[in-house]
Amino acid sequence: MSKPSDLVQGTLDMLILKILALEPLNGWAVSQRLKQMSSDVLGVSDGSLYPALHKLEHRGWITAHWKPSGNNRRAKFYSLTRLGRKQLEKEAADWNRLSAAISGIVKLKEA
Amino acid sequence: MTFEWFYSLPLRLRSFFRRNQVDQELKDELRDHLEQQIKENLAAGMSPEDARYAALRALGGMTQIEQQCRDARGGNVMEDLVQDLRYGLRQLYRSRGFSFLAILCLTLGIGANAAVFSWIEGILFRPYPAVAHQERLLAVGGTARGETGGTGISWPDFLDLQRSCTLCDAFFVSKITGSTLNIGDHAEITTGSIVSANYFEAIGVHPVLGRGFEPGEDVGNDAYPVAVISYQLWRNRFKSDPQIVGKTQRLNNVPHTIIGVAPEGFYGTFVGWAMHFWVPASMEETFESGGYKLQDRGARWIEAYVRLKPGVSRAQAQEEISAIATRLENNYPDTNRGRGIKLWPLWQTPFNNAGTLLPTLEIMLAVGAFVLLIACANVGNLLLVRSFARRHEMTVRLAIGATRVRLMKQLLTEGLILSALGAAGGLLVAYWCRHALVLLFPARSGVAMYLPGEIDLRVMSLSVGICLIATVIVGLVPSFQTRNINLTAALKAESSGVVGDRRKAWVRSGLVVFQVCLSFILLVGAALLLQSLQKIRTTSPGFSTTNVVETGVSLSSAGYDVPHAKTFQEELIARVRALPGVESAAFARVTPLGYGTYSSTPIAVDGYQPPLEEQPAVDYNQVSADYFATLGIALLSGREFTRADDENAPLVAIVNQTMAARYWRDQNPIDRRIQVKGRSLRVVGVAADSKYESMRERPKPFFYVPLLQDFVRGPSLYIRTAQPLQSISAALLREVHALDGNLALYEMITLQEQVDRSTSAQLVAVTLVSILGGLALLLAAVGLYGVISYAVAQSMRELGLRMALGAGTASIFRRVISRGLRLTALGVLCGAIAGLALTRLFGKLLYHVSPNDPLAFASAVAVMTITALVACLLPAWRATRTDPARVLRN
Repeated sequence: MSKPSDLVQGTLDMLILKILALEPLNGWAVSQRLKQMSSDVLGVSDGSLYPALHKLEHRGWITAHWKPSGNNRRAKFYSLTRLGRKQLEKEAADWNRLSAAISGIVKLKEA
Repeated sequence: MTFEWFYSLPLRLRSFFRRNQVDQELKDELRDHLEQQIKENLAAGMSPEDARYAALRALGGMTQIEQQCRDARGGNVMEDLVQDLRYGLRQLYRSRGFSFLAILCLTLGIGANAAVFSWIEGILFRPYPAVAHQERLLAVGGTARGETGGTGISWPDFLDLQRSCTLCDAFFVSKITGSTLNIGDHAEITTGSIVSANYFEAIGVHPVLGRGFEPGEDVGNDAYPVAVISYQLWRNRFKSDPQIVGKTQRLNNVPHTIIGVAPEGFYGTFVGWAMHFWVPASMEETFESGGYKLQDRGARWIEAYVRLKPGVSRAQAQEEISAIATRLENNYPDTNRGRGIKLWPLWQTPFNNAGTLLPTLEIMLAVGAFVLLIACANVGNLLLVRSFARRHEMTVRLAIGATRVRLMKQLLTEGLILSALGAAGGLLVAYWCRHALVLLFPARSGVAMYLPGEIDLRVMSLSVGICLIATVIVGLVPSFQTRNINLTAALKAESSGVVGDRRKAWVRSGLVVFQVCLSFILLVGAALLLQSLQKIRTTSPGFSTTNVVETGVSLSSAGYDVPHAKTFQEELIARVRALPGVESAAFARVTPLGYGTYSSTPIAVDGYQPPLEEQPAVDYNQVSADYFATLGIALLSGREFTRADDENAPLVAIVNQTMAARYWRDQNPIDRRIQVKGRSLRVVGVAADSKYESMRERPKPFFYVPLLQDFVRGPSLYIRTAQPLQSISAALLREVHALDGNLALYEMITLQEQVDRSTSAQLVAVTLVSILGGLALLLAAVGLYGVISYAVAQSMRELGLRMALGAGTASIFRRVISRGLRLTALGVLCGAIAGLALTRLFGKLLYHVSPNDPLAFASAVAVMTITALVACLLPAWRATRTDPARVLRN
């Protein structure tokens, strides 16, 4: 139950949106994708994934549908809404600005 | 952000109403994840046991995640509310005594306000529910330059206004009148209106049977004896006769054809009385004394209303009306010089009870707010005490993770339950009291006042608003408590039963000081009004109020033409004078301080040059011989009218002191002349000033002419006698019937009664403020009692110790009482300072009493002190009964 660092907490939403922007997925798949994509660096626990998914759903950024999954069972698939796509664009832009600024600072040569 | 609701509301509603399903889905989703993880772990070669355990650990506490998800969904707001409501209700039910007291306080506080709102709505703002677009109605009255009081307007002026006014939809007349109504052999006095022919059309009221008046029916003299009757009259007197239209009834002895029945719930357009019949203005002379006035521009007798066109403001309309009035002034200087016409909002209508009650109701708004604040302070205090008892509960909730916001929500919810119940009770109180204002006016026989309160949407929403304010006040006071709870200390301390610290005692005492302060101000207000009423009732009106009775005989018209009426009145007065015990008797057209209006006339006085632009107009009364002796009005010089001053004798007049001073300066007016309507009158006497229309009026010029020289039929009759009312009334009726068996007597009252009636608005103000002031005092006393009792209960140990160390009961008693008195003294001090500024609000209602009258303040201090003593007595007595041994052992 280790808490992700503050930075990750803030960007978890964006990551989820990004993942769902590629294709609709269920919770399990999102967690796998997160691990893959971030090469386990971020260490997002599955425990914080689900509350985040539910929060995003309530914001109207993603929407959920129950669809049959592999072994004859129904699974909850999340997909991005139009509002979510806009949000993703906004957050991505913010992120790019922020990371550019930070890396600029980090790369400064010491005098 | 705005779109969020579009998505989340259905989800929220779903998570609220389909809670089980949503929960199940959540569980399914998580279980799904778990199973996938287990599968993966198994594939990686773990034992089934380890695979499951690792998966669970990776996900981390199912229940917690479920709760986190639920919180993320945010559907919890409503869930919390329902939970809080349920919990709050249970809490309130558990401490029923507390809840009852709190709800009672709020019921009284909110009820007092709602009742005042309903009166203001029903009497001032929406007095005529059946009338179309009453929000655009304005009252029309006349003004005279250099005088403060209003007048009526004359019929010719009204016609000109009606013709020339372009900004109004409708312009109509409605003048109250009393009448003797004869149905079969039963005669009774009833109230009705003389109206212009467009009346029913203009107000949008359509008779349920028959028709309203037709254009032209208000033209001519006694030309159209037709009447529309009220629904109640139709139902009660005519037993809902469906064939009523076309039948006749006798009004003032003139047969009137009933042409219509007004709809149920329509009571005319006069605040204070329900109208029961309407007659066209052409019948004016039958109902109004003073002769035929439809062509007399100087006779200002009518009361009118105007309905503005939509979108027109009062100022715009006033501008146009004033322009018309100026034109009339120029065209008819003899009658209209210095005369203006003014538009009034309905709630300031000068000619009905709206204007009379306005200052009282204004004050009542402030008084109601005070009572509410006091009630809220009481409930706040009760909640504080209870919050000490609930401290443990709050502490535990905080300890196991409730947020302070959540606790605050809980307390606010409880406040809301209390004030919602209080508001419901308050509206019920208002509903019961909505017609109560009438009860405060002195009863008079024959006709009943009609002053309905109105509980409509506006009143309801105002009350709900008050309820919300009360919720916040009541709910927030105890939530201060949760602010600084130190968990560990509180949890430990709680178990040992040490409760309350200095700071909280200070809050509670502060609330009590606040209550005492507010109720003290109300007490001062009540004392001021009481004093003012006393003054007004004991001020001499300038005529005797004892041993003089007043009545009238309704012969004002048909059957009695002028010669017959003259003979009848001559004979009657002779018979009355001959009655045993009667000292003297006289007639006069208008009763002082009565509802009738005096004639007013432009005058010219030889040697007196009026200021430019001013046409001196003076009110006068037609009185018979012996009038001054009968009413006990002193004659300062000259002589009284005698029976010799008849139509054949030279015209004479008696002027009052003020008139003599104004028009003849320091010279003796006797034998000087005044010109009235082209006639020259010789002044034969100077009478002392007296009150003519209102006890509150300032001395004004006035004169009298002999009744026989300006004759009216059916004047009022005054009898000076020491006999009781009943016997003189019976004797008079015998004499009247000896002359004519068909005549009815008006109600007979003493002149004192007449004075009392004319000051009834003051009585109403005193009664209302006293009732609410008493209520406030009671609430404050309860608050004081609570605080002192609580303080005593808290300091049992200290008291016991003191007693063990030898303090006597007397000193303990003094200690407790003095604590209560200290709080009271502080409250009174604050109240006195605030009162010095606030009692000015009562100014309009006060008569010869300064708003800062020391006597009123002193008596308020006395009442407050006594109340405080009584409130502290029981706790002080209980303190002296402390058993030191037991208290110290515990």
